Formats: sequence, structure tokens, C-alpha cells
Amino acid sequence: MQEVEKIVNGKDLFQRPEYQEVLEGKKQFESSYGATNPEKVSEVAEWTKSWEYREKNLAREALTVNPAKACQPLGAVMAALGFENTMPYVHGSHGCVAYFRSYFTRHFKEPTPCVSDSMTEDAAVFGGLANMKDGLKNCKAIYNPDMIAVSTTCMAEVIGDDLNAFITAAREESEGLLPESMPIPYAHTPSFVGSHITGYDNMMHSFLSQVGEQGTKTNKINIIPGFETYIGSLREVKKIAAAFGDDCVMIGDHSDQWDMPAGDYQMFSGGTTIAELKDAPNAKATISLQKYTTKKTMKLTKKWKQEKLELNPIGLKGTDEFVMALSELTGKEVPAELKIARGRFVDAMQDSYPYMHGKKFAIWGDPDFLLGMVSFLIEMGAEPTHVLCHNAPSGWEEEMRALLDTCPAKADCHVWAGKDLWAMRSLLFTEPVDFMIGNVYGKELMRDTGIPIIYIGFPIFDRHHLHRYSISGYEGGLNLLTWITNKILDKLDEDTKQIAKTDYFFDAVR
Amino acid sequence: MGPETLEAKQKAAVEEVLAKYPEKARKNRAKHIGVGSPDDNTAKTCGGVRSNKKTVPGVMSQRGCAYAGSKGVVWGPIKDMIHISHGPIGCGQYSRGGRRNYYIGTTGVDTYVTMNFSTDFQEKDIVFGGDKKLEQCIDEINELFPLNNGITIQSECPIGLIGDDIGAVARTKSKATGQNLIPVNCEGFRGVSQSLGHHIANDAVRDYVFDKPTGMDTATHEVTDYDVAIIGDYNIGGDAWSSRILLEEMGLRVVAQWSGDATLKEMALTPKVKLNLLHCYRSMNYISRHMEKEYGIPWTEYNFFGPSQTTKSLRKIATFFDESIQKKCEEVIAKYQPMIDGVTAKYKPGLEGKKVMLFVGGLRPRHVIGAYEDLGMEVIGTGYEFAHDDDYKRTTEEIFRSTIIYDDVNEYELEAFVKKLQPDLVASGIKEKYVFQKMGLPYRQMHSWDYSGPYHGYDGFAIFAKDMDLAINSPVWSHSKAPWDKAAN
Repeated sequence: MQEVEKIVNGKDLFQRPEYQEVLEGKKQFESSYGATNPEKVSEVAEWTKSWEYREKNLAREALTVNPAKACQPLGAVMAALGFENTMPYVHGSHGCVAYFRSYFTRHFKEPTPCVSDSMTEDAAVFGGLANMKDGLKNCKAIYNPDMIAVSTTCMAEVIGDDLNAFITAAREESEGLLPESMPIPYAHTPSFVGSHITGYDNMMHSFLSQVGEQGTKTNKINIIPGFETYIGSLREVKKIAAAFGDDCVMIGDHSDQWDMPAGDYQMFSGGTTIAELKDAPNAKATISLQKYTTKKTMKLTKKWKQEKLELNPIGLKGTDEFVMALSELTGKEVPAELKIARGRFVDAMQDSYPYMHGKKFAIWGDPDFLLGMVSFLIEMGAEPTHVLCHNAPSGWEEEMRALLDTCPAKADCHVWAGKDLWAMRSLLFTEPVDFMIGNVYGKELMRDTGIPIIYIGFPIFDRHHLHRYSISGYEGGLNLLTWITNKILDKLDEDTKQIAKTDYFFDAVR
Repeated sequence: MGPETLEAKQKAAVEEVLAKYPEKARKNRAKHIGVGSPDDNTAKTCGGVRSNKKTVPGVMSQRGCAYAGSKGVVWGPIKDMIHISHGPIGCGQYSRGGRRNYYIGTTGVDTYVTMNFSTDFQEKDIVFGGDKKLEQCIDEINELFPLNNGITIQSECPIGLIGDDIGAVARTKSKATGQNLIPVNCEGFRGVSQSLGHHIANDAVRDYVFDKPTGMDTATHEVTDYDVAIIGDYNIGGDAWSSRILLEEMGLRVVAQWSGDATLKEMALTPKVKLNLLHCYRSMNYISRHMEKEYGIPWTEYNFFGPSQTTKSLRKIATFFDESIQKKCEEVIAKYQPMIDGVTAKYKPGLEGKKVMLFVGGLRPRHVIGAYEDLGMEVIGTGYEFAHDDDYKRTTEEIFRSTIIYDDVNEYELEAFVKKLQPDLVASGIKEKYVFQKMGLPYRQMHSWDYSGPYHGYDGFAIFAKDMDLAINSPVWSHSKAPWDKAAN
């Protein structure tokens, strides 16, 4: 029973003898092997750690277990929230939208506005035109966005709804609520093609191609961040760009949307303005910071006769390339502040390198994130033993292999394209590493294998505020270095804290 | 605030909120919002609101889908079975590990609740059908997870649209191997919310757990006169465990939990119990009614939120049994009473008179009212994501004062109602949480217990009281205003 002076929640409550007795008693009715045959559980648990199991596990052709990817409309919602006063609108079932909003909200600890037009069974039969007509009108009437960005769920895609025709019809019947002057870009984002990064790409392409207006060429440089979940990274990229003057415009800047100050609530905050979006085709260059996330979008540079640059400012080399590209594009010397920032980052790398050097890492995430992160690990002398990308687009595996070949330990570095995190579990048991880098889905891998996890990626539901930091640029590199080094030191302390056994190495100075 | 003032304010808020809608939407929403009174016996539902209807398009509803109701709620927590999210990758990913259905087991070996099994549909599966892939997935599951006690196939939207026959796949394979393979046609577009998913999932339990041999050894199970089952408790944060302990202390034998920390055998044993205890009426009344009709098992609703309702419920449950149980029931109540008195004395002074607005799923919008009122807090608004008329009817009995009632409330409406009625606490879900926190309003998630809990039973109430006090009386809310702003005032 609870003690009034020391009320505990389930963590401690259920450890008490009276609850342990309840849980033990429950077993007599249970059918799980843990209740009926615990030895069998131990036996199978051991077997799942074996090479034999790994071979069966990696030979899977149909089944996905514990994926490390999500579906297209999620990315479309992120793309939409990068524009000022823009409502993401998902044509399809509202259940999907409840999921997208929960998913982002659990990660950012911020509200995520997004509507759907709540298609149900009758819409599946007759199409979702009526839903679109009512939905756009209601959305505009009560939330008053300046732009509505329409994407689709798999339901609408399977029945083949014609977005263009539907939106035109909705405008006509809106009694002036949805004038032609109000942009309603739309993208088909079927969940059964690609992943969330494909959805980002499709929606971003639609913003630029449907709202962008070709006119007089400008000196502007577009920067498209991609499916970037680090708010601090967006801000640091803008800061670096601003050091070269005011020519750079971030296209799709959701940094303020998912980082609103306390005190008042506004549904929308910040974002690229519609005027900036309209002018984007006239820029002299477009830089993508995530090339595999903007494959389709970046094709527009050809049509618009823009210089096309694909850069990835995670780690030292990636940031150097980004900075030099901006220098070249703007014709300006690298400013002193960036030279100092680089120097500080390199100084920190040289202070901390002994701890990362030679350490084996397993890492998973989106393709562009991995290219940047693996580059950084190699720069620090670490060994990226297992690099897993569930949503690897074509070409990625080869590029990652080439990158790993620059690592002295290349023979022990493996690329796993299209594999899921249950496959990773086998890899970790058979070819263990010192640390994992990944998202919340690594938590169970950490529990099962005992390998510590460093939370970098998306989504991260169970650690707070990491997304507020940068992982890009020199300062972002410093954050990565700090997180990784200190986790290694935490582990070293854990390993050496046994009194009178190992604590001679429990050093006060590291 | 006197009752008349409150009611007038609530009615004015409703009018004002509705005014902003285009006509068609306004007409629709007007039927779903009302002001309920505990003395009103004339209205068919609390506040006269209509429910379980299609959501107005484009309004930012908080509702989920049938798949969420089946995989996420009813089937997902059954721990020794593997639940395949059948279709594209997203649904399974978004619903992974978010509901806190606690269970004991070795995940990935004999239990699987927090994992995500998916058929990860690609374009070719949509074009050519996914039945073959499903079959292969089942084979691969059985090779890699040999201790599973069965597999359920939870359909996502495309399955029902492309004409796949998951029933035939399950039938054929199950015939060949004898394995429990349960097809569930819970495509997200079915129905108007999670609710139909619950119903579909209940029907699948009826058809595949009760009406077919499951291979579970139920024949040697010896029954007693005191066997009961907990129905509609998903063990969020351990709720079913802090309920179970009370039932066992009063001499009952809890044979099954539906479906938090459940195993297939417990479900299969349930038709042998003497009484079904129904907590979440909305999601599991169907199977309770079925067991009543088929096996003659009575069922009774109970409410383990807050000491008043818990005590009332324990006594009600005891009336179904003999005097020995009734005696022990009183002993249990007496045993916990000093602790409850202590908790109330500790927290009530800091919470008394605080106004609360709720918006939850299908049960808690009425069930938790008593727990707040036990702490002296006043619930002035409540509503459900996916309730039906019978839930709104039951709500009248649970409210204490004039209460604004909103069915399927959307972001716009809830924000407006909160601004008008200025509660001291908003208690709802994750999607709304930070909207209100940004306004400086204390907030508690009432689906996940905000990563705390359990809240059921007497032990759970102590945690509930502590959490509400933590939310309302935290110093952080006083920081929103900067000192220079204060100076300016």
C-alpha cells in the first residue's frame, strides 16, 4: 500500500512484495512461455544471439520487424510547416493525421498543426471530392492560413483521387473563401512508395513548382534543409549563411514552428514567407543539405537554370565544403567568425580524440544524416562498424561504402541498406560494437545487448531538448563531439566504479 | 462562480465558438456541443449532444482510426501473440510503444507488445495484391519467433481497397499448421473513429478465440465460485495490476485481464468465469454482451478512478458474491481508508476549487470526474473522441455541476473553450498538451498518465493526487511572464 509521506509511481510500487505476489499469481493463467516454460525462454533468447539466428534473420525477404523509417505524408507535413502561416492538409483518413501529429509532438514537445478531410468508407467508394470541398473551406474559415499544403494518405492514393481537379472544384464552390491568390500546392504522397523523406521531397517539389514564379533572375541562393529534425541545425545553417551576407534564403524553415516560446500560443510561427517561396525559381543557385531527401526537388534547378549544389554540413569536412561553397557563390572571403568557430571545433576534436579513437559504433537513420555522421566518426578516428539505413535510396549504399573505404578499419565497416532494427539486433550480438548512435528505437537494443546508446536521430521521444541543439556546422560538430565523448566517459565510469575492484581507474581527471 | 453564472458563461462560449464556422459545418458541430446538468433527466444524452458521427472535414479532429482501435487498443497489448501491421510502414511505426500497455515478459522472445511487425507494403503489393507477401511474413515470423502463441493480421487502409483476402490466407495457413491466425479487417477508413476498430476487434475475439480451438489448455482449468475477469483495462502504467490487487484482496480470483498484460490463454479461459468486470465500457462492451448471451456470464461496469468511485464499485462487485466476499470487501475498504484520508488531507487543500477541463477517449471523460471531485477539484467541461450515445447518457450521472460537453472536439474549439472558461488544469492527450502549456496552463495527459501511473485503485489514486498537485502547484507556471512585463503593469 502507498505511504502517504512517500507516494511512489509504478516503477517502485510494483516492486513491492504484495504486487510481486500478484504478478506471480497471475502466471498460473498465462500462456506466455515466461509463465509456462521459463527455461525455453532462456534457450530461445540465447539462440537469438547466435550466428545461426543472424543468418535466418538477415535472409528475411517479406517481413519487417522494428523498422527505422516512416511513411511519406509525415515528411510532407514537415515540409509544409516550413512555410509561413501554412496549414498541412492531408487528404485521407484522420487517423493518419492523429499519428503524424502525435509523432512529431512526442519528439519536439511542441504542438503540430495539421488537418485532414476525414475520408471514411463512403469516400472510399465515391472518392473524396466532397471531403476536399468541405475540408478546405472549413480549414480556411477557422484557422485562416495563408497557404494550404495538400498531401495524401494511402487510402486516397489507392482510390486514385485527382487532387488538381478536386482543389479547383473546391475553390469554385468556396464562395470566395479560397481565392486563386491563395496558394494550395498539392503533392501525391503514397505511403507505399519510399519513406518519409520521399514525402518531404514530393511536397517540397510541389511548393516550388506550383507556387514558385519564374521572373527576373536574382542574386539569391536557396538553401533547402531537407527532413531536418534538429532545430538548432536550421538556425546554425542560417547563421553561417548570414555570415556571407543576406543572399541566402532557407526554403522550408520549420525552426520556429517547433520551438515556440512560452507565454502565448500561436498556431503558426516563423517559416519561409510566401514571397520568398514565389521568388525561389529566380535564385542563382539552390543548395540542398540532404541530397537523397530532395532528389526530385533538385531536378527543378535544371529547369530554372540554377547552379545546383548538394552539401551536407555535418562534421568538419561537410561544414568546410558548405562554407567554401558559400564563399565561392557569394564571392566573399570566409568571415573571421567562421574561421574562429572552425578553429574551436578542431581544437575540441584534438582535446577529446583519444576517447573516440578506435571505438566501434553502430549507427542508423536517414541516408543523408548517416553520410554526415559517418564522415564525422571517421574524422575522429572512430570505426563505424555497422551503418544501417532502412530507407536507403538507390545510390546511397555505394556512396556510403566509398566513404567507409576511407576509414583505416574499412574491412570491419559494414553497410546495411534496406535492413531494419531487428536485423541490427543480430548484428550487435554477433559483431558487437562499443556504442550505438540512433533514435528511440535503439532503446530496446540497448536493453537487450547492453551496448550504450547515444541518442542522435529522429524520433527521440524519451530524452528532452536534444532537438533544440545543432548537429550541423562547426558548433553542431562540437555538440556531437560533446555528447559522444561524455557518453564514452560515463561508460568508463560505470565500468570502473566497483569499489576495491576496478576503481583504481575511476579517475578524477580524464 | 455560482452555478447560473457558470452555465450562462458556458452557453455563451458555445454560441461564440459555433459562429465562426461556415454554415454546413456549424449546423453539424452544433449537434455535438451542449451544456449538461446533473439534474437534467429529460435530455437523451448529457448536454443533448449527438455522437459517433462522421467528423467534419478540415477541422483538426483529435480522433484516430479503426486500426488504432484494434491494433493499438484491443489486440496490441496481448503479449504472447504477434500483431502484424498489414500494409504500408507508417501505421505500425506511429503506434509503436506509445500507449504504455505494461506487461511482464522477454520482449522479442516470448512477448512482443512494444515491437513493430509490418508487411511494409510497396507499390507492387498494391498493384498485385499482398496475400503472398503476408503468407511469407507469417512463415518468417514462425521461424524467427518460435514461441509466439499466434498471429493477428491488423489491416491498414489499402487492404480492404485492393481486394486482398486476409481471411483466406489465415484460413489456409491455419489449416495446414494449426496455428492461431486471426484476420482483423480494421482498415482505418472504416467507421468514424477508433470506435469501430474496437468493435471489429471484439468480433474477432469472439470468432477466433471463443469459437475456434486455440490450442490453449482450458480443459484442465479448475473453476471456482469467485472467478472474475477484468475487461477493458489496458494496463496503462500498470492500471490493471493496481486494480487486480484489490479484487484479489477481497477474495476474488482474477482469471484474465483484457487486454493489458494479457495472454491468449487468459482470454480463452474467460468464458468460464462467474462475472465479467467491465472498466472501459466503450471498447469492450461488445464482447461482454456476447459472453452474457452465449455463456450466461453477467457483467458489471465499475470505476476504479478515485476513492469514492472505487469504494462504490468494490461494494457493487461484492453484491454479486456471497457474504464472505462482502465482508472481505468491507475489510479492504477499511484497510485503505486511512491511507486515502491521508492522501486527501495532504493534497486537497492545494487543489480545492480548481477548475478542470477534460477531453479524452471513450471512458475517462466521465470516469475520472469523481477522482478530481474527491480532491475538491471541479470539472467544468468534458468530452469524448469516440463515444456513442450510451456513453453520453452515462455521463449525466457522473457530472457534479453544469458542464460543457463537446463531442469530437477539435483544436479550434478546445482552445476557444479553454480561453473562455479559463480552467486551472486541462487534461487531455499529447497532441493538445503543448498548446495549453504554452498558454501557461497546467496540463496532464490522460491517455498515457503523462508517463506516470498507475491511476486505478486506491494506490493509483495516491499517484493521481500527487501528479495533479505537481501539475497545478509547480512553480514553473509562474515564470511565463518576464519581470519587465510585470513592471510595466
